[in-house]
Amino acid sequence: MLNTGTILFISFAYLSLLFAIAYFGDKRADQRRSIISNPYIYALSLAVYCTAWTFYGSVGMAARSGIGFLPIYLGPTMMAMLGWLVLRKIIRISKIHHITSIADWIASRYGKSMALGMIATIIAVLGVVPYISLQLKAISNSLMILRGYPAISSPAHVAAAPFFADMAFYITIVLAVFAILFGTRHLDATERHEGLVAAIAFESIVKLAAFLAVGVFVTYMVFNGFGDIAAQANGQEMLRKLFVMSPAQGNLSYTDWGTYLFISMMAVVFLPRQFQVAVVENVNEHHLSKAIWLFPLYLLAINIFVLPIAFGGRLHFQDQAVDPDFFSLLLPMVFHKEALALFVFIGGTSAATGMVVVETVAMSTMICNELVMPVILRLPLQRQAPRGDMSRLILRVRRAAIVLVLLLGYAYFRFVGEFYTLVSIGLTSFSAIAQFAPAIIGGIFWREGTRAGAISGLAAGFVVWSYTLIVPALCQTGILPMSLMTSGPFGLSWLNPHHLFGLQGFNQISHAVFWSTLVNLSMYVGVSVLTKPTALEHTQAALFVDVFKFSERADDSPYRRITAYIPDLKSLLAGVLGKARAESVLAGYARQHEIDIMGELNADPGLVSHAEKVLGGVIGSVSAHVLVASVVKEEPLGIQEVMEILDETRQAIAYGRELERVTAELKAANQKLKALDTMKDEFIATVTHELRTPLTSIRSLTGILHDNPNLEAPQRQRFTGIIIQEGERLTRLINQVLDFQRLELDKVEMQMAPVDLAEVIRDAVDSTKLMAAESKVHVFLYLKEQKVMVPGDRDRLIQVMLNLISNGIKFCPPETGAIDIKLYREDGLARIDVQDNGPGIRPEDQPLVFERFWQAHNRKDRRPSGSGLGLAIAKQIVDRHQGNLWVVSEVGRGSTFSLTLPLVG
Amino acid sequence: MTFERMMRRRLIALFLFSVVLFSYPIMSLLPQEFLVFGFPLLYVYLFLLWTVLIVAIALISRAQSVK
Repeated sequence: MLNTGTILFISFAYLSLLFAIAYFGDKRADQRRSIISNPYIYALSLAVYCTAWTFYGSVGMAARSGIGFLPIYLGPTMMAMLGWLVLRKIIRISKIHHITSIADWIASRYGKSMALGMIATIIAVLGVVPYISLQLKAISNSLMILRGYPAISSPAHVAAAPFFADMAFYITIVLAVFAILFGTRHLDATERHEGLVAAIAFESIVKLAAFLAVGVFVTYMVFNGFGDIAAQANGQEMLRKLFVMSPAQGNLSYTDWGTYLFISMMAVVFLPRQFQVAVVENVNEHHLSKAIWLFPLYLLAINIFVLPIAFGGRLHFQDQAVDPDFFSLLLPMVFHKEALALFVFIGGTSAATGMVVVETVAMSTMICNELVMPVILRLPLQRQAPRGDMSRLILRVRRAAIVLVLLLGYAYFRFVGEFYTLVSIGLTSFSAIAQFAPAIIGGIFWREGTRAGAISGLAAGFVVWSYTLIVPALCQTGILPMSLMTSGPFGLSWLNPHHLFGLQGFNQISHAVFWSTLVNLSMYVGVSVLTKPTALEHTQAALFVDVFKFSERADDSPYRRITAYIPDLKSLLAGVLGKARAESVLAGYARQHEIDIMGELNADPGLVSHAEKVLGGVIGSVSAHVLVASVVKEEPLGIQEVMEILDETRQAIAYGRELERVTAELKAANQKLKALDTMKDEFIATVTHELRTPLTSIRSLTGILHDNPNLEAPQRQRFTGIIIQEGERLTRLINQVLDFQRLELDKVEMQMAPVDLAEVIRDAVDSTKLMAAESKVHVFLYLKEQKVMVPGDRDRLIQVMLNLISNGIKFCPPETGAIDIKLYREDGLARIDVQDNGPGIRPEDQPLVFERFWQAHNRKDRRPSGSGLGLAIAKQIVDRHQGNLWVVSEVGRGSTFSLTLPLVG
Repeated sequence: MTFERMMRRRLIALFLFSVVLFSYPIMSLLPQEFLVFGFPLLYVYLFLLWTVLIVAIALISRAQSVK
């Protein structure tokens, strides 16, 4: 079964299936019935993280040094926890700004810098080429091992054979065709490839299934479960060493462990292919909330059997010279499970091809948009006529880029990759990608990061990375002299690429990551704080850092006064997108902003930046900026505009203050209203209470009269007398309430005329004579003046005096009671004192006596004979006469109510 | 928004936990030669902790999507 023909047939059948899935996915996307728009497919597409490195390399690493393979999967799990914080922000930014690659992101963040885009692209290319070569190596070696069946062999040195006899070369070509077909099918402003993602998700399922299958086979059919393998391994001195973590035993040190965690955290987001699937191909931001645990779950599942296979392989092969990287393929072969071996091969190939295809598509976008297009657009020829049909040119550049990247990967595999294990090649790539971390993480949280800072950080970090990892690799292959490694360049041992400045205790990778990250971060921060950002950098920084604030309306820079002729813009868009798309972009903008652009000649700044963004989705923000700049007439801000902006700001601030003041006023008014409302409620409660008392006595007395018709005459007389009295009290009360209410509401018209206060007093005293006599209270008048004229309402003033006098009578002790009333002028005012010899008012009650119903409320010991409104009404009337009414009293010594009124004239 | 902020806060806290638990010196506290049901304690610790963390992420983000 395992002859070359069958293997090739199955492989091509599998590839055809992938083509079919990708084709179906693309077709459904065209019909707007996406098959990838759910969190499960999204999580599976993220699993493109698991490549041949995971599939073959992890087992090899576990077999060599134990648990050291694991941080590469724990890191992404930890990053998933930060996914909601970091990844979501990157996704939102990328969607708003039509960003399609990691290099584009960095370039766009730091002021659409061409230089930065180029540097980031170069780092990405050089960083992922070894990684791609790793995949090619895995496919090629696994194929060779499989073809050797039934012999158990290690692959021969590939470089010996000419490339046209090498299977890996043809595999590379097939992969290039796949990537070109589904990665560059057509140009799209969002740069999404649904078919590709569908195929990747399918491959993720296949590689997981294959790995679990071989895991179950090794664990339960070759051995008797996990416990059996562990027990057997524990019995062997060599394998027991792998149980622990101590560098002395050849395991990972804690430093290296931490480094691997860090670089895998960075890699899972910043690797070009991870950025492609996680950010660019993301359909819906909300898929993230499920994917942040589904993706780690996938990683856990694919890692469960790594250790059993690794130990199983070591136990089975003992000291045989076989490559532990391929244990998962070799074990089924040893036990003649041909179908399983083939399945494992397909799984491993899935893992490798998935990575290669997505990586090359991502790289082709990057190379085209950041390296090639900006240069082409700046050529003098293009400068003159930048409006040709560019979409074909762009597609051609991308296809060429795919082929270029794959050939570079192939070359690396043939000339360098031979010397390294799968994992160490992968780690080299990871540490290159970690160079993006300061510029990106700083870019989303730190507004002050500048272009100069990002450029110097990336460049310096990259130089250190090359020196500490690539130079040693080149020495290994003989391209550079080996003496560089042993005694350092020019005999300077402190420049030894593996022990820079004599640093010891780090492995190659940690050593490189430590120095490159340190240099990168210090340059980024240091240069950023030393340089000043340009206006565009400033705008972009604000738009990126505060993306959640701005995301609702994403027109950038209202202060960029750019305008362009609409026909120019249109032909620009048509050149890149095609005529139909260009028109729909313009029409869409017009509809959204409810403007008519058909009749307009000049595009407003919003339209220009919208067009730039749409173009940026296809050719990258840098190129789009260059392109749009060629048709734009950017008017520099004149002093007039600056003043306008300042004025607007000032007005906004003033308006804010005004608003604050009005709010405070409203608050106060509201408080007052609330207080009034409670007062009203209290008032009603008290009035009804006051009304109920006489009503109750009338009701009970009439009840007695009704039930006892034979009641004796004097008795009946007494009862009816009380009823009349209580009725009068009721009437008085109601009158007073109405009176008070009207006074309070200012509804009473005062009949102002000169009034003689002496006369008023005499009239009032006359009216209360009967009452005084009943209570046996004497009223004495001390009228020093015969005539004291004040302007006022005579009847109302009499009412005041009546209320004061009757109040005095009420509280005077019977028999000995005496009220003195004095009238005199003082300080140009008329003054009246009404003094009684009653019990007096406690000091704390004195301010309260003029409150309505105060007395009725607080003297329960004594049956109130008034309404409790008398003094309140008096106070109201005196107030209306611009006068004053107050009380002076001492307990046991009586009270004096005094009032002053302005004199006539 | 507040639910989202709560979720974000919890995930960040979980992340900080995981940083501590997955690194020196906590990991070096495990008795190296100790076996749990025949398995090295180091392996059991890492895989168990990993599983717990994934469950925790799921619970935290599920609570969010229910709201």
